[in-house]
Formats: sequence, structure tokens, C-alpha cells
Amino acid sequence: MEEARRVISVIVINEASVLSRISGLFSGRGYNIDSLTVAPIPDSKYSRITIVTAGSVRVIEQIIKQLHKLIPVLKVYEHADLVEKEMAMVKIPLNESLSDIEALAHAYNGRIVNVGHDTLIVMVADEPSRVGHFLEAIKRFHPKEIVRSGSVALER
Amino acid sequence: MQISGAQMVIEALIAEEVEVVFGYPGGAIMNVYDEIYKQNSFQHVLTRHEQAAVHAAEGYSKASGKVGVAMITSGPGFTNAITGIADAYMDSIPLVVISGQVPMSLIGTDAFQEIDAVGISRPCTKHNYLVTDASDLARVLKEAFYLARSGRPGPVHVDIPKDVTAQIANFDYSKEIELETYKPTIKGNSRQIKKAIEAITAAKRPLLYLGGGIINANAAELVREFSKMTQIPAVETFMARGTLHHEDPLLISMLGMHGSYAANMAMSETDLVIGLGARFDDRVTGKLSEFAKNAQIIHVDIDPASISKLVNAHFPIVGDVKNVLEMMMPLAKEQIDPSRYDAWHKTIANFNKLHPLSYTEEGDRIKPQWVVERIGQLLGDDANISTDVGQHQMWTAQFYPFSRPRQWISSGGLGTMGFGFPAALGVKRADPKRVSINITGDGSILMNIQELMTAVEYKLPVINVILNNNFLGMVRQWQTMFYDKRHSQTDLSIQPDFVKLAESFGGIGYRVSTKEEFDAALKDAVEKDVVAIIDVAVNRFENVLPMVPAGGSLFNMMLEYKEK
Ligand SMILES: Cc1ncc(C[n+]2csc(CCOP(=O)(O)OP(=O)(O)O)c2C)c(N)n1
Ligand SMILES: [Mg+2]
Repeated sequence: MEEARRVISVIVINEASVLSRISGLFSGRGYNIDSLTVAPIPDSKYSRITIVTAGSVRVIEQIIKQLHKLIPVLKVYEHADLVEKEMAMVKIPLNESLSDIEALAHAYNGRIVNVGHDTLIVMVADEPSRVGHFLEAIKRFHPKEIVRSGSVALER
Repeated sequence: MQISGAQMVIEALIAEEVEVVFGYPGGAIMNVYDEIYKQNSFQHVLTRHEQAAVHAAEGYSKASGKVGVAMITSGPGFTNAITGIADAYMDSIPLVVISGQVPMSLIGTDAFQEIDAVGISRPCTKHNYLVTDASDLARVLKEAFYLARSGRPGPVHVDIPKDVTAQIANFDYSKEIELETYKPTIKGNSRQIKKAIEAITAAKRPLLYLGGGIINANAAELVREFSKMTQIPAVETFMARGTLHHEDPLLISMLGMHGSYAANMAMSETDLVIGLGARFDDRVTGKLSEFAKNAQIIHVDIDPASISKLVNAHFPIVGDVKNVLEMMMPLAKEQIDPSRYDAWHKTIANFNKLHPLSYTEEGDRIKPQWVVERIGQLLGDDANISTDVGQHQMWTAQFYPFSRPRQWISSGGLGTMGFGFPAALGVKRADPKRVSINITGDGSILMNIQELMTAVEYKLPVINVILNNNFLGMVRQWQTMFYDKRHSQTDLSIQPDFVKLAESFGGIGYRVSTKEEFDAALKDAVEKDVVAIIDVAVNRFENVLPMVPAGGSLFNMMLEYKEK
């Protein structure tokens, strides 16, 4: 069956064990996690967890039902029409061309956010696939470290 | 009310009208045991192993329909209990399991008898709690009982650190449960139900596929009415045995790996499966792509995740089986013509005639199937039947004349050897007027044999009938059939003296090798009212048949096996 990339948002009660319940569900049942982000929803007792996964239609349906079964889960959305963003930061040696880096970052909604002794840090925030393109392009500046945040998403 | 955490546990159990707790004490749970000592409201049964405490609670729950309660200490007490918890999870048995934990200040320090209990129980409970403040206990325990018994039932584990059981806080059990994230769907969707009824009226060969969810929902009576009214024939899963009376003309038999030829053929020929509280388990379906290939599927289940998990349902109905059937009844009465399926009944009668469940007597040794049938003839409805796991279990499911729900208590999902004896103790505790029989194997019985002591102490006269084949028979059968008779580590020729073993605990033992001896032993054991072992020497190489080899199709059964 065809595997499709899916973004699932889960609204959960913000309590100690909830993340282990969700990650345990994925590992225990053999589902993929491509990325997972979690943060509290301001002024509420809830957190929002955004999970990027891949699977056949049947597997995705099972994932959603199994998530629903967890007691502290309030809502599960499987997005079709959404705005999805991811952030990445890259550490680059200072001997590269600052203006070239700045220009490249700019094309991906980013900029240089820190300049240190012998490295600088550039960040971008864009659609995950575009973040991927940026990380390809930045290779020519010999990045020393890369960190991606994982996706967050909202329905339009 | 300002009381200690330990007192709160007692108060909660009293409020839930718990009449018996199965458990085993230890350091981290001692405060609670101290309160158990002081109270008179419920009985505590000290099993001789924590695994047995949980199985006993399962047996009690299955026979009574109530929530079973088990109590254990931290560390090894808890890890011993986990097999029972997992067993209850797989078979959707409502339990509340309360464990002690090391004090909060020591959690995370690898303290003596510390283990991450909620980390271990998470994948095999419906829900679990680590209670960090005694003021949460009333809410947590009330939720635990509610979660265990509502929706799709299951075990709930509550882990309580020792200092929390000593902490004094306010206790108010009267507060309503507020679980905004948990609202099981009870009522079926009426439009879906209408469509399902239409599908039944259009079908020529409909088949009721009855699962254990019916027993949990106390819906067996309604299922009997429904099938009688509509004249739709039925197959039962292993878990559903007893839903229909064994003499019900509409009951074909059990289906699946060791189901009857007729049941499996009916499932292969039906044009409409009406699944009620069944979950299309791999031991039932065989090869999925060939399962009920000619059929549309109505699937009624309380658990949405069970629907279309393995087999796509054309008419999914999420809801409590009893509730959904109640909604179906008037529509069915109006619309379904019970004479419509006459040709289908003939087809099924033919399947039944072609290859009925049977066995052949040969040689001097008693056939194990005979023992099961004989218990049925002698005790029938008067016995509750538990089993362990293996060939004896399958023969019991095939040959016992079940007449009512909750008569059949066996470990289906997890297949736990060692389940039968402690479960039968719980069954006896729940239903003391009936005889509690554990049909077991010479392998399985040794996995919780220490419970002889519990049975004697608490006067729970379970009768263990060992179908003794001197083998781990079920594994031996697979080795014979699929591993060229290499009987690796399955020969149990070396055995204890089961008679003396029973006697040494204060029970009674019988060694039986003829049918007359068996009859006499069973009669005597029923009269004696003390725990018993009847060790029956049976034919060693008998196989459970018919059989759908793993991964095979239901219509391709192995009906007999000839040694090569
Ligand atoms: C705890 C556990 N360990 C291992 C197994 C695998 N197993 C399934 S049936 C069986 C043989 C059981 O032997 P016995 O109790 O003598 O029953 P028989 O099949 O001979 O009737 C074994 C080892 C199991 N189901 N449970
Ligand atoms: Mg055996």
C-alpha cells in the first residue's frame, strides 16, 4: 500500500506522562515518527503535539483511533489543508562569505541570528520541504552543526 | 474528611462495594495493609504469588461481571503482577490494580525495590496513574474504577508511593467524575443501524459472528433473542463461548484456527458478516485476504479502533452491543423475514454433517476430549469452567457443552499458561454455589501450583483436572506437524506425584487411568469440598483438530493428520 506523509495534531491534557503515552503508542505499534513537537497552549491546561508520520491510509486511520483511545487526549486532527512551518539553525565557520549566507537565508525567511568568535548561526523558518532545500544549499558553506525543530502546523 | 492515603484506599474500596481484594503485601504497600488489618468490610485473599492475585481478580471479574481488585507491593511484587495485567488488557477484563511504590523522595534513585511501574504497565493497561499527592487519591481511584468498567473494559493500574499512603489530606469520594477527554460512544448511530438492517434483509447467507464483547456487555440474552427472531445462524469466537446455548440449533460452533469445519466454512460462504463485539483476531481470520471473501461486513464494537483495523467494515457501528441490539430489535422484527434463510440453513447443516467435531476412541488410554465431554455430561450447567493454555484449552472450547455466558473463563488474547488455577479460585469466590473446574495441562498447572495453599486457606475448593499427556502438548503438536517431529524441550515425562502434591498442601489428589476411575474421582471431588487435583493419564499424541495452519485460509482446514 502507498505510504503518504501525514501531519497529525493532538490536543492533550498537559500532564506528566502524556508524552510517553504518545511516543510509546508509536513505538509499541510500529508506527513512524518523522518529527514530534510539543508545547503548552497558552492560557489553558492543554498542550499541542504535532506529529509528522508516514503510512498507508489504514495505518493513519489506526494511528488516529489509537491516539483517541488514550485517556488524556482531547482532540486529534489529521490535517489536509494546513499551514506547516519548521525552523532550522545552522552553525557555520566565520571564514565564509557573510553576505552570501545572509542572502541565502533571506530567500528562506531567515537571517543570521548570532555571530561569535569563529562561528556564526543562521536560522530559517519555512515549509519543511523548503527547509530541506535550504539545508542542501547551505552545504557549500561547510556547516558544522545543524538543528531542525520539527514541524508545527495550523489548519487554514 | 481528613485521613491518610492508606485509609483513603480502604474508603474508596468500600465506596465501590468491593467484597474481595486479591493481593500480597510488602514494604511499599504496608501502610495500606495496616488499614486492611483494621477493617471488616471486605475480604483480603492472600494468594501465594502476585501473578496469581491478578489472575484470581480476573476470574472473579469474569464470573461476576464486577471490577476485580488486586493489590501488590513495589518492585518484584509489581513485576510479578504484570503478566496478569497484560492478560486482562488483552481480554478486556475490568480490573483495578493498586501497587505500592518507593517514597516520592526516592523515586529515580534506583532505590530498594524501585521500578518504573507506570512505565512498564503503560502499554498493557487501559490507563495508569502515579499518585503524587494524597489529595488526588479520591479522584484517581474513582476514575480508575470508572475507566476499568466503562467503554471497552480493561485493567487500570494505580501506583502509590509509600509517603503518599502516609500523607493526611482531604478525602471526598462523592464528587462527580469529570473526564472531558473520555466519553465512550454507547449509543449506536441510528442511520447506520437502519442501513445494517437493510443489508440483512438483502442478504441470502448472513452470519452472526459473536465475540467476547457480548459477554462484557451482558448482551448474551439479547443476542439469543435476536438470532431466534431472525433465524440467522451464528458462530462464536473462543472468547464468546456460552453466548448461545450449546443446544441452540442456530449455533454452528466456534470458528478459527481450531474452530469447526462448519463454522469456518460458513464464514467463508456467508455474504454478510454481522460482527458483534468481536475483533477479527488473527487466530480467527486465518489468511486475511481470503477471510469472508464473499461478504459485506457489519461491525458493532464499543472500541472504534477495533473497527476496520484488520478487515474493512462496510457498516461500522460504534456502540455498546447491548444498546445497539436494543435499537436493532424492533427494526429487525418489522423487516427481516426469518424464512428467507432456509436454503442457507440447509447448506450449513450439510457442512455440519460432512465433518462434525469429533474424535475417535482407540487403545486403552482415555482420550482427552472424552474427559471434557464427560465433565459436561456430569456437571453441565452446574460448573464454571476455567482452563490453562494448550491443547486441553482448545479441546475444552470445542467439546464442553456451554449453556450460559460467564461459564467459560480462559486466557484468549495473551494465552497465559498458569492462568487457570488462580482464575478458578476467583471464579469460586464469585460464584460459590457452582463447582469451579480448572481443566489444565501437566505443563500449565505447575506455573501457579502454589495456589493450592490459597485454595486450602480460603476454602476455595477448585477441582483441577489435568489432561496429562506428559508433554507441552500444543507445542509438541506443532513440532510433530511442522518441525519433522523434533520434539525440542517439550517432553514432560518427568513429573511430580500430583496426588501427593495436592495432599501435602491439605488438598486431595486422584490418579486416574480409566473412565470409571474418572467418574468416581470427579464425583468424590465434588462432594469433598476441598481443593483437588485429578491427574488423568490421557493419550499422549492426540492432536487438536481440525486446524487451520498459521497463515492459512479458513476454508482450507487440516481435518485429520496422519503421521508421516
Ligand atoms: C507462560 C507461557 N509460556 C509458554 C507458552 C507457550 N505454550 C503454549 S501451549 C504450551 C504447552 C502447554 O502444555 P500443557 O499445559 O501440558 O498443555 P497441553 O498442550 O499439553 O494440553 C506452551 C508451552 C504459553 N502459552 N504461556
Ligand atoms: Mg500437557
